[in-house]
Amino acid sequence: MIRADGRTLALVALVLAVAACLPLTGSAYWLSLGISIAMYTVLTTSWALFSGPTHYISLATAAFFGVGSYTTGIGIEYLPYWALPPIAGVLGAVMAALVGLATLRLSGVYFVIFTLGLAELVRQVIIWFQNISGQKGIYVLTKITEAQIFWQLLGLAALVYAAGWAIGRSRLGFALRIIGDDEEVARHSGINTARAKVALFMVSGAAAAVVGAVLAPRFVYIEPSTAFTPMLSFQVVIMALLGGTGRLWGPLVGVIPFTFLWEAISASFPNQTTLLLGVSFLVIVYLLPRGFVGLIEGTRRRMRAREAFA
Amino acid sequence: MDILITGLFLGGTYALIAMGLNLQYGIARIMNLANGEMIVVGGFSAFWLYSSAQVSPLLTVFLVAPVAFLLNWLIYWIMLRPLVKRAKSRGQLEVDAILATFGLAFVSVGIMLAVFGGDYFSYSYLARPIRLLGDTYALNRATAFLAAVLICAAIYLWLNYSRPGMSIRAIAVSPESARLVGIDVPKLAALTFALGGAVTATGGALISMFFTLDASTGVIFTLKALVIVIMGGVGDVRGTIVAALLLGVLETFVAAVIDPGLTLAAAYLLFIVILLFRPQGLFGRRGT
Repeated sequence: MIRADGRTLALVALVLAVAACLPLTGSAYWLSLGISIAMYTVLTTSWALFSGPTHYISLATAAFFGVGSYTTGIGIEYLPYWALPPIAGVLGAVMAALVGLATLRLSGVYFVIFTLGLAELVRQVIIWFQNISGQKGIYVLTKITEAQIFWQLLGLAALVYAAGWAIGRSRLGFALRIIGDDEEVARHSGINTARAKVALFMVSGAAAAVVGAVLAPRFVYIEPSTAFTPMLSFQVVIMALLGGTGRLWGPLVGVIPFTFLWEAISASFPNQTTLLLGVSFLVIVYLLPRGFVGLIEGTRRRMRAREAFA
Repeated sequence: MDILITGLFLGGTYALIAMGLNLQYGIARIMNLANGEMIVVGGFSAFWLYSSAQVSPLLTVFLVAPVAFLLNWLIYWIMLRPLVKRAKSRGQLEVDAILATFGLAFVSVGIMLAVFGGDYFSYSYLARPIRLLGDTYALNRATAFLAAVLICAAIYLWLNYSRPGMSIRAIAVSPESARLVGIDVPKLAALTFALGGAVTATGGALISMFFTLDASTGVIFTLKALVIVIMGGVGDVRGTIVAALLLGVLETFVAAVIDPGLTLAAAYLLFIVILLFRPQGLFGRRGT
């Protein structure tokens, strides 16, 4: 077990090191694609940390992301940049805790509905605020380069994987797997189910907020309709489920092909991205209920079974 | 007074939409997140028939309802029945249904965008003022409200005083026991789902008389309908009507007094209060 873990660790470090060399190629196109992939990797993996074991579909990613972007946007005038992502993380965690406390005691449907409208709710409140104060958008002018954003995201991805690995072997991770299997059983064996769910949802919310804060300098100009785009929440759900949420590396398997597909579709048919989202949802439900990971593991098991018979 | 009546008019139309969702979720056990798109389809048909052939939206309803009924019946048998069959638990069915109907919603928005473009559509029908209790109101809102009241009353009576209505209520209480007393659950669930879709599309045709819609407004209506259904209690017709009227009044109040951009925030405020204090709905009983 320990040897296998060591090998995985070495493999992950190698992949990260190779990925970190991407800005050295000097190609702006590959770098921007790399940023997208790194961003979605962090978002989907942290999403799956919570939604994978519990089966609660969270559609709040855009809300956390937007709050993070606004933290950088507003805070950059008063504080040095390096202080902002941690602050965004704390804000995201607090917000997740509030949402979780209100909805996670109840059944999953309430949670889905609540998170579905959360981004829109925050957006309406910010627009209202701006109408009162007479301000429109915010300029974020920094000297941060694309390469620096990419490295920050990679670091964040490493952090999320480490957190996922640690949670997976902690009492909390064990408790969540039991909750996912049968919440009734979990409650009877003395697990405080609401607290476990809220704790993990906070991790996922904080990660999304930090990503928003890190990416804000890239947007240059922030306004509510771009910071809180609801598409983001759906993209994250699709990529994570497409990859498969049963394994820590599962979402990554969905992120890479979907990012390429998304880029291709939005470049040549910009109006058809909604249709693509819809079709992806249907494909996941009807053809790939366990994602690519399920497909890969199913094939592997069948091959092994065949070897055993031969 | 002005706000109260305008709010009630709006709430009456919301009640119709939420009633459609409640039939689908409370009885067929499908959380239909494509509900808002059915509204847009209904509204679009009314718009199209009115602007091309001057057909009154009140007549369009009689065409929209059967078509939507058939469409939703097919959706249930083709898309949702396999999910019901494969689900091992209520929770799994919920997740699958949510994802599948999300897919359906996005596909229909995508198709509508591709065919009709992203423009807003609205027409002017019965946009005359009428006087009520000393204030003036738009006639189209009052008409929509009356139509909604008639339809809601008809459904309420049908559910409470007819034999199929009773079977449907039995399914809402317990699908397993309903099967034991000889009720064909899959058939009735499909019919209720279709009926819910028809009611929603009718609501869409009515709401288009005074609301500007576009291909992607559906999700806002879905959210409002969901808030109403949960507030009123799942499977509870009476609660849905009260909750819808409440939401209509609150929204009109917020739009008039604070800011028109905050209507969804108002709906959410109500939702949070309900979740914290009465998660079983206004008239629901705890611990079933």
